Amino acid sequence: MIGLTNYLTVAAILFTIGVFGIFVNRKNVIIILMSIELILLAVNINLVAFSVFLHDVVGQIFAMFVLTVAAAEAAVGLAILVTFFRNRGDIAVDDASVMKG
Amino acid sequence: MTLADLNLVRPELILAIGALLMLLVGAFRGKGGPVFDGLSMLVLLIAGAAAVTGEHGRAFAGGVVVDNLSTFAKVAIYAASAIAIPLGGVWLRKRGDDKFEFPVLILLAALGMGMMASAGDLISLYVGIELHSLALYVLAAFRRDDAKSSEAGLKYFVLGALSSGLLLYGASLIYGFAGSTHFDVIAASIQGGQAHTGVLFGLVFLICGLAFKVSAAPFHMWTPDVYEGAPTPVVGFFAGAPKIAAMVLLARVLSEGFGAAIGQWQQVIVIVALLSVFVGAFAGLAQRNLKRLWAYSSIANIGYALLGLAAGGEAGVQAMLLFLVLYLVDVTGFFACLSALQRNGKPMETIQDMAGLFKSQPGIALAMTAFALSALGLPPFSGFFAKFFVFKAALDAGLVWPAVLGLLGSVVAAVYYLRLLKVMWFDSPTGEVEAPPVSAKTVAIVAALFSFPVALFALGWLEQMALAAAAAFG
Repeated sequence: MIGLTNYLTVAAILFTIGVFGIFVNRKNVIIILMSIELILLAVNINLVAFSVFLHDVVGQIFAMFVLTVAAAEAAVGLAILVTFFRNRGDIAVDDASVMKG
Repeated sequence: MTLADLNLVRPELILAIGALLMLLVGAFRGKGGPVFDGLSMLVLLIAGAAAVTGEHGRAFAGGVVVDNLSTFAKVAIYAASAIAIPLGGVWLRKRGDDKFEFPVLILLAALGMGMMASAGDLISLYVGIELHSLALYVLAAFRRDDAKSSEAGLKYFVLGALSSGLLLYGASLIYGFAGSTHFDVIAASIQGGQAHTGVLFGLVFLICGLAFKVSAAPFHMWTPDVYEGAPTPVVGFFAGAPKIAAMVLLARVLSEGFGAAIGQWQQVIVIVALLSVFVGAFAGLAQRNLKRLWAYSSIANIGYALLGLAAGGEAGVQAMLLFLVLYLVDVTGFFACLSALQRNGKPMETIQDMAGLFKSQPGIALAMTAFALSALGLPPFSGFFAKFFVFKAALDAGLVWPAVLGLLGSVVAAVYYLRLLKVMWFDSPTGEVEAPPVSAKTVAIVAALFSFPVALFALGWLEQMALAAAAAFG
């Protein structure tokens, strides 16, 4: 029997991978976008698991909101990334350092 | 959903429909312009009037709370947004960037911030935060041909999305362990001042996420870069309204949802507040660029606002609100000055650029002096009273050491404000300063006059308003 703890553990692992993906990755902004999606996925697993466990539909509604907003967020992020690429000709994270201090 | 619910969210409806209509008009016209800006400001004005005259209550099964606190915050937010529209419009048109999206994005951001101020459960909290964040990411990257601006937008987006992720993860844990997304049910789940470990864990994530949004240390690293790269009038907007929205939201979550567990979050908020004050004061000393300098100044100032919040109770929230509103006027005025100044076609952004400003532009120089002294907290400027209320609330709540350390931090920060004044007043000018646009100059002078002396007379009234707003928490 797969219990609530199993779901929460998977979500926690996904969340940690996502956060590490943002900080450890030094190569590519696209990987950062993927890491953000991983974090949101972890949250959705949490929400749906809790929703089933609590017999409460609100968690699933919340998950739908998260999915919708995540799509909008990815669109905005990619648009900003495109303008960044046009100005730089590159999307390496290390290059994002015209400003330092 | 009933008509009564829709009646309560009238300001939000006006803003949402207004923003979509403006988008439609803009798409057909293909460009912005002063009339377009004026119409957008009118939408904000109507929304503000609807907020002031609207009834109080809870809509959508408690998801949206309309009370004195949300009304107070909304009026301040809408006013700051309305001022940002002409400032930004004139600045962008001067650089040949006449886009109708600018006022529309400000309207959408204002809508999101209004939702944050009246969020009553975790879902509306999240939707409000994302609505305003997505608009702000685009605003930061608004000058898309400028390498700095798009880099600022990208950095803001990546760290903002991370903070939203942290916040959401916290929200999901709170939902799971408290059993509901509503703040009042969450409050009921905390018994005897002890929250479930899972709920506390979630709360810490939630505080981290919101600390990112208000740029409190140790989650402040995006602030200087974003402030330096983003268009100057947009920075003025960033530094004011979103901070009020996020702080009011934080106050509501902590007081309404976790008021019973104050012993468990007070320490966290005090530490974040003091860290912000010291990071803002010490890191600011090394800055030469005024936008970066003011970014650190805003980090320090958010620290004082958090100190007020940490004091807890009505007095603490009242002090926080007063502080934020008075700071909002200062920071809006300062960035209005900064966006107006140009020398030989180049924006004046470093401290050295300000050399001899008093000789060429005495009005702007006097206004900037007022803002710097007010941000420093020198009497009789409004910033003094703002800090006074915060420290009084902290001392009354028994936070003696944090208050003393906060005062020390403001003494350190005095160095950079005074250096700016010295360069502006006594150094010799390095070239002719171009005449500032009328809109920016008007905003600067009105804000400076508010900072001193109008604030002295308005303070009693503002204090009453803030007290009524804070009383929402009882």
